[in-house]
Amino acid sequence: MVASAPEKLVGKPIKRREDPRLITGAGVFIDDVRLPGLAHMAVLRSPYAHARIVSINADAARAMPGVLGVFTGEDIKHINPLPCAWQAPGVENKVNTPRLLALDEVHQVGDPVAVVVTESPYQAKDALAAIEVDYEELPAVVGARKATTPGAPQLHENAPSNIVFRWSCGQDADQVDAALAASEVQVRERIGNQQLIPTAIEPRGSIGRYDPGTGEYTLWATSQAPHVHRLLTAAFVLGVPEQKIRVIAPDVGGGFGSKIYLYFDMPLVLWLSEQLGGRPVKFFEDRSENFLHTSHGRGHDSDVAIGATKDGKITALRVDTFANLGGYLSTIAPGTPSTLYGRMVAGCYKIPNIHVGITGVYTNTAMVDAYRGAGRTEASYMIERVVDLVANATGVDPAEVRRLNFVQPEDFPFDNGLGGLPYDSGDYEKALNRALEMVGYEDLRREQAERRENGDRKMLGIGLSSFVEACGLGPSQYMGREGWAAGLWESANVRIHLTGKVVVTTGSLPHGQGHETTFSQLVADELGVPFEDIQVKHSDTQGTPFGYGSYGSRSLAVGGTAIYKSVAKVREKAMQLAAHLLEAAPEDIVYENGGAYVKGSPESGKTIQELAGAAHVGYDLPAGMEPTLEATTFYDPPSFTFPFGTHICVVEVDRDTGDTEVKRYVAVDDVGNVVNPLIVDGQLHGGITQGLGQALYEGVVYAEKGEMLTGSLNDYAIVRASMAPMFELENTVTPTSVNPLGARGVGEAGAIASTPAVANAVIDAVSHLGIRNMDMPLTPERVWRSMAANT
Amino acid sequence: MAEAVATRIPVKMTVNGTEYAAEVEPRLLLVHFLRDNLGLTGTHIGCDTSQCGACVVYLNGESIKSCTVLAVQADGGEVMTIEGLAKDGEYDPVQQGFWEMHGLQCGYCTPGMIMSTHSLLKRNPNPSETEIRHALEGNLCRCTGYQNIVKAVQYAAEQMSGGSAPTS
Repeated sequence: MVASAPEKLVGKPIKRREDPRLITGAGVFIDDVRLPGLAHMAVLRSPYAHARIVSINADAARAMPGVLGVFTGEDIKHINPLPCAWQAPGVENKVNTPRLLALDEVHQVGDPVAVVVTESPYQAKDALAAIEVDYEELPAVVGARKATTPGAPQLHENAPSNIVFRWSCGQDADQVDAALAASEVQVRERIGNQQLIPTAIEPRGSIGRYDPGTGEYTLWATSQAPHVHRLLTAAFVLGVPEQKIRVIAPDVGGGFGSKIYLYFDMPLVLWLSEQLGGRPVKFFEDRSENFLHTSHGRGHDSDVAIGATKDGKITALRVDTFANLGGYLSTIAPGTPSTLYGRMVAGCYKIPNIHVGITGVYTNTAMVDAYRGAGRTEASYMIERVVDLVANATGVDPAEVRRLNFVQPEDFPFDNGLGGLPYDSGDYEKALNRALEMVGYEDLRREQAERRENGDRKMLGIGLSSFVEACGLGPSQYMGREGWAAGLWESANVRIHLTGKVVVTTGSLPHGQGHETTFSQLVADELGVPFEDIQVKHSDTQGTPFGYGSYGSRSLAVGGTAIYKSVAKVREKAMQLAAHLLEAAPEDIVYENGGAYVKGSPESGKTIQELAGAAHVGYDLPAGMEPTLEATTFYDPPSFTFPFGTHICVVEVDRDTGDTEVKRYVAVDDVGNVVNPLIVDGQLHGGITQGLGQALYEGVVYAEKGEMLTGSLNDYAIVRASMAPMFELENTVTPTSVNPLGARGVGEAGAIASTPAVANAVIDAVSHLGIRNMDMPLTPERVWRSMAANT
Repeated sequence: MAEAVATRIPVKMTVNGTEYAAEVEPRLLLVHFLRDNLGLTGTHIGCDTSQCGACVVYLNGESIKSCTVLAVQADGGEVMTIEGLAKDGEYDPVQQGFWEMHGLQCGYCTPGMIMSTHSLLKRNPNPSETEIRHALEGNLCRCTGYQNIVKAVQYAAEQMSGGSAPTS
């Protein structure tokens, strides 16, 4: 008998099923994995940003207690360098990727030069100190723009002027220049987007184990993409058959992009384990190593030329960006400033003449790759600064400039002229209006005017940020055209066991997002089985179909859809089996409330558990039906999804000290349909906070010779509890038609929206002093100096 | 150096109610003793400058960063880690608060965050939002933006004080 309707879970703030292990200390992160015979690898790193390695003497280290081996670049020069799997499309990329250990030359402080493997981690640190390296220091260069100038130190022979690629999108530059020259209002500005360190609280780590009996390798790694890491390690680096490698991501303590990439240690620990006859070898970086060497984000320096009418309509925009990519190319580095940034610079506006040119550049810093919001964060910061510059130049209110230039609901699907996929749908003005209403915009503007009139020390600033972003990556065909060297679909397998219990495997995987909860909610509703009966398995290449992993806010929109479609297939098979068992025509069977029955007769129906049992034992199946209830889907989305919204930040800036206090933060987001509002709000809180950190506090600083001056959490300021406000969130819901869930994705939206909202607020607070732009982070010193220079 | 490595010093301590004795290098950090010698891996390591707070435990009733204390300094002491917080299978109200209010995402900072919160509520059973944010300055979270952590602390405060609403 099929029971009455169970409670629907999608849309409900269900407490996370991941949490019991994490609040009790029972989670298993990479540093918690315990294996018998575990040996420890530590890394000797270059203290120079650019140098030739003259000689390495490790004799003393080799003789130290507990040392199992010391290895240099020379010892492993037969192993391929790491691959670069996303190049800027349609142009030549001068590719230089890192070797596992530097050979001959280092190109950044922190470049791995040698490793020691020891019985205990403390012995490893001792042995490192006993290795002598003779370097010949070479001139280094920091700053992407500077690195392209004549006479700048050269990093790689094949890249004259340190240029990796030059790439552009939109109309011809000449055409846009002509439109700029003909514009009533013209503004030119240099806009920066400083280099950031992703700073997941768990650093990166890996453990490699070789099995001499089977010739198989197992890699445990802090990974956002285990299948991809297996593929790259096997086929591109070690030359080991792909099926001989298994990759497992244990609990992962945050990633924000930095754990997408293949790093030197991942193939290296596997190779070392083989050298040690199968002893597992572990690497767990410390925070200093993480800051020096795990890929950074952002790092743009742009020239902007804006044309507008006197009443605030944008007529032309030209953006020329130098994008720092660091000393080598990280796994997908060139794709971020091209596809994910260049093609999104128009934001949510109709701009009739637009050209974006990108120069990707090598400099002697850490590698720069995708970090939360990747490319779209830089694009939204650029365009939202541009809109405020137009408001500043024309005297039209920033909210009005946005309204005037918005893509309108009837314009969708909308092509922004930059060669990307069309925006699916949206109502940008609705989100703006709601945010203005929530914050009490007109009253705030009045208060701002009064404070200015009175010469108040606490100056009020109101910053707007209307954004659209592109996420839910693939589709594969488009990404292939864009230089992505693989597919970008996602896999899911849904299996109902004989006992009626459900196992879901997915190529998506969590590093804090709560996939196990969200996906269980989805399956519970679609299949009508209890939440508790569902197990979501992920993060292990063994026994799961290939999947591309979690990044680009794709887990629900792409991975979730693969699950949804697998459930539908299972349900379809269950209905066919029910028709057979109930001796009815298949078209008369309905599936509802966890069972299948003949229309109008639920009391004589079969529950999904009964059907699973029947399907498994296989005693009585329709002709040609295979046993079990199980289905696999490889879902390739037809397009990106485009979340949008408006965020407004209200700040007070102290005229005497330049200090900023965030007074309010209002966000109206449209991420489409929501499965778990608790998780969605949490993603927004975290994303907004990271973006706020960029606006006010964070930034990597390198000395001229390439030493990192912000090399620890003492010097690199991520947001602390006392630095964050309470956020006021609301949603508008415009389901996307791109996927059947109507979900747009939420992992990055907060970070994409908040940086310009906060920066615009600070600049707005001091705009009456004649300031129209400042470089982030907007520290008290920087704001104070800017005020001092303008009074 | 080689001599220093060879030197071992006996330590005894009670951790989560169980007595342990071991011989350790004098330089061994308490956090490594807990994790590597005792297998209590709930206490995490997130930095090398005592900034992140992922390693916070109780030592003799005071919350400390166990990456900044040597195991030999804890000799004769009483330690409580995240593994010792739940009693008789029941979560501590602080643990419950983090679960109820979605006060964690990746969970890596969570054990330290919970221990620091526990210590705060012992000192100040009814903290204001400002006091909570100030008290947790030594614990870094990169996922939550702290809003739900504040709510988790308020939830726990309310539970522990028998339901009276915390002041804001």
